[in-house]
Amino acid sequence: MSSRLRAWLLATPATLLVLVFLVLPVLATLATTFGDPKGPFAPYAAFFTSKFRMAVLWRTMEVAVTTTLISLVVGFATAWVVARAPRRIKSIMIIAAVFPLLTGVVVRSFAWLVILGKNGILNDALLRIGAISEPLSMLYTQGAVVVAMVYLFVPLMVLTLVGVLEAIPQDLTEAAASLGATPSATFRQVILPMAVPGLIVGAVLVFTGSFTSYATPQLLGGERQMMMGTFLYQRAMVMFDWVGASTIAAVMVVVTLATVLAMSHLARRLNPVAG
Amino acid sequence: MRPRTHPLLLAFAGLVFVFLLGPLVIILGAALSDTSFLTFPPRGLTLHWFANVFQVEAFKRTMLTSFLLAIGGTALSMTIGIPAAYALARYRIVLPRALANLFVLPILIPEIVMGFSLMKSLAIGWGMPIVASLLIGHALLVLPYCVRVVGASLNAFDFSIEEAAVSLGCPRWRAFFIVVLPNVKPGIIAGFILAFITSLNDVSVSIFLTGPGVSTLPIQLLAHMEQFFDPTIASVSVLLMFVTVAVMAVVERTLGLTFLTK
Repeated sequence: MSSRLRAWLLATPATLLVLVFLVLPVLATLATTFGDPKGPFAPYAAFFTSKFRMAVLWRTMEVAVTTTLISLVVGFATAWVVARAPRRIKSIMIIAAVFPLLTGVVVRSFAWLVILGKNGILNDALLRIGAISEPLSMLYTQGAVVVAMVYLFVPLMVLTLVGVLEAIPQDLTEAAASLGATPSATFRQVILPMAVPGLIVGAVLVFTGSFTSYATPQLLGGERQMMMGTFLYQRAMVMFDWVGASTIAAVMVVVTLATVLAMSHLARRLNPVAG
Repeated sequence: MRPRTHPLLLAFAGLVFVFLLGPLVIILGAALSDTSFLTFPPRGLTLHWFANVFQVEAFKRTMLTSFLLAIGGTALSMTIGIPAAYALARYRIVLPRALANLFVLPILIPEIVMGFSLMKSLAIGWGMPIVASLLIGHALLVLPYCVRVVGASLNAFDFSIEEAAVSLGCPRWRAFFIVVLPNVKPGIIAGFILAFITSLNDVSVSIFLTGPGVSTLPIQLLAHMEQFFDPTIASVSVLLMFVTVAVMAVVERTLGLTFLTK
């Protein structure tokens, strides 16, 4: 048996699984949006002219971008500390970041439900110290969704960036220092450019993850803070509007793929090692 | 000599870790409280709510479903993912480059879109039973973990050892089982356990594929949370956290947790 044939035989089951059960169904979903009797682009025209649907799209963008920016800053600062910590402390910190990461999204969103609820822990504490006289309504606001999303994605960002920061050779920063660069100059001219590809990878993961999330906006945003994921579910399973739901799906696929492609292009251009 | 990290930065990182772990500690406390509502710090300690988990029929049933689904979906995915990972590592030159990307497609396509499309095609279009479409959905969901984590181990494997076995007269398929597989066992175990936890926690794919009579634990939890607000949910969450701890212990013993930073 030639090695080409053997290679293909071994790879065929997995290839078929993805092609038949993923690529085909997703293409079918996309095709649904073009088969409308009112014309091939009618569902898109309906989507992009509807005030409500555009509001959902913009809200989702806003939440995803805010979550990404906060996660970048918080994640970078934390990863910086983790990467430079002594061995033992570093492994404790990594455990502390992996634990929430591997805990399910329902459990992690539920925690914020308990904290931010009307009779929740935060209101309880604020009432007790007398900072407020009536419980605040924090749930079902954009802020609640963003906080829970940041909580969801910071561990991912930290773990991504720890790897990136550790890969920067110590010699480089030492060389910069010995040539007279101040610590802040070393940071801006050596470390930051080297970390950019990693920051971009982290940003893509967080943006696409929060843009397409379902459980968190469902639990903490509710009907009032509808996002693309919850909107898709509602269209499909509550209103049985499959063309509408497929259009939302198509918009989500295009936004995430465009983000991944644009950002990986950017990462290649900004990579100081390859460039 | 490493320059010292600024104390303010250290304090900030400390706060971040409080932010990361605090909410989970709160759930643990709420699960132990002997009040009938969720509160923290717990007032009086009880294990009553843990016992209650096993009295709610819906939790018992979906727990079993989720567990079996995670094992079954991951096993299915491994069975077809390991040969694919092997082919990619061993015959890199003869296979098209795009193939490796095909296997990570389930990560690239939004999960919720995947769930919706699978429901439309598999469950409704092709009339597959709920359990079968759930199994396929979960196998797809975890395929990238199977192929990538096992692939990382295979890329570090020296295939000349396998060639040595073959040239000494060992049949190829047998060499695969007695030479290659034992050498990548850590990757397989770690990949399996990461895939397992991903499947166990999945919401976005399952929410579309569960149906009358068949649900998974996260979906049941989600439904329960929208109606009730008692410490039973906190107890289920704590049980799930125990699973996370077990998963972390296995990953640490196989590839090491630092594998997750790569």
